[in-house]
Amino acid sequence: MLSKRIIPCLDVRDGKLTKGIKFKGNIDIGDPVEMAAFYYEQGADELVFYDITASSDARGIMIEVVRRVAATIFMPFSVGGGLRTVGDMYAVLAAGAEKVSVNSSAVQDPQIISEGAKQFGSQCVVLGMDVLKVGVTPATPSGYEMVIHGGRKRMGLDALAWAREAQERGAGEICLNSIDADGTQTGYELTLTRMISQAVSIPVIASGGAGVPQHLVDVLTVGQADAALIASMTHYGHYTVAQIKQYLSGQGLPVRLYW
Amino acid sequence: MIAIINYEAGNLTSVQRALTHLGAASVITQDLGEIAQAERVIFPGVGAAGAAMGSLRRLGLDEALKDAVASGRPVLGICLGTQVIFESSQEDLASCLGILPGQTVRFPLEHRDTGGAALKVPHMGWNKVRWLKKHPVFAGLPQEAEFYFVHSFHPAPARQADVLGVTEYGYEFASAVARGNLVAVQFHPEKSGRPGLSILRNFIAWDGKEGADA
Repeated sequence: MLSKRIIPCLDVRDGKLTKGIKFKGNIDIGDPVEMAAFYYEQGADELVFYDITASSDARGIMIEVVRRVAATIFMPFSVGGGLRTVGDMYAVLAAGAEKVSVNSSAVQDPQIISEGAKQFGSQCVVLGMDVLKVGVTPATPSGYEMVIHGGRKRMGLDALAWAREAQERGAGEICLNSIDADGTQTGYELTLTRMISQAVSIPVIASGGAGVPQHLVDVLTVGQADAALIASMTHYGHYTVAQIKQYLSGQGLPVRLYW
Repeated sequence: MIAIINYEAGNLTSVQRALTHLGAASVITQDLGEIAQAERVIFPGVGAAGAAMGSLRRLGLDEALKDAVASGRPVLGICLGTQVIFESSQEDLASCLGILPGQTVRFPLEHRDTGGAALKVPHMGWNKVRWLKKHPVFAGLPQEAEFYFVHSFHPAPARQADVLGVTEYGYEFASAVARGNLVAVQFHPEKSGRPGLSILRNFIAWDGKEGADA
């Protein structure tokens, strides 16, 4: 049986983690490569790197990070943030990432999904979706709207319609982030996750809102997600990935327990 | 030297990185001479069967692979490389290498688990392998070990004797096959953490024989 994946998300700026991991001993690790190795040892099933480097001149720094991560951990990881062209995607994949994730750029130019899928295969192309709950309107019949630039810009585009279109265009996976739930640590947006997961045949990674292990159980069962993204839960040392997996396993969910 | 066959099907550097990590020298190549001289051969690949077979034939790699298997040198197929070892694939209705009898088939369009719940295709993520036989390349793996899969098609070998391990996704499919000096897996050992590296380490040391208990 396919295991449900637990995926820590790491934000990187200029080659450094924006949130260093604070352990109980208060050691702060800012190096993405060391963190990747740490999560690999803890039993993470995959990693997501989100590059929030503002300047495009600094792209090369991220490529170097990707190269070092790929030489250190032998499991899949994806890289997103600022990828605008097939050339940008190629650079990240050639450096050793398994997948690339497009978000704002895909909303503005959906071609990048089709072109990326054609060039590298659908399994390489993850669509990142930042979604805001807006209620049902003519433009947003699902009640959810696409936003970009980290939630700052509303696009008047229905989230459900966009998920379907992205699948049509060849996206291989959706990473679904609820702007409403993000940072609250009060649980994932279950209604949204379930709606998107039922509407597409590609895997859905739920993102935003995880605070305790039961939140993951909820989104992987009620929300029907295939994987769950986590950040603060493990970054601040409240939980380890292994502890979360033990809990999920105790609740009867299939998770990878040997690594 | 290990030859990693380059037939322009996906990114092959992850296989090489894992081999480098294990201290094994390898070369990503489509040079027929280099492949003929390699001590062992890895045949990876990600992508579509039709395009892959086109590239293999254009580059003369189809014959090079058959020669490598016939020569008795250890050969490891991975993912798409494994799928095109069979006679044909439902993907692009491609006629394939025919090194092993059987087909590569797609998971059903309306794929469901035994409880009736919808299953996503591609089969993407970590899953177990139930080993049906012992084999030197898969020695030392616990039953709980999981491997990273990403695929919509899977091998359907004609000879049960070629099936080494099966994986459950709606039904059991052949996820590891072997005959003589050839082993082939549907999952990605280069991305499967420690258990995957252990398979590659075993392959690097393998003499190409199935072993006394096989």
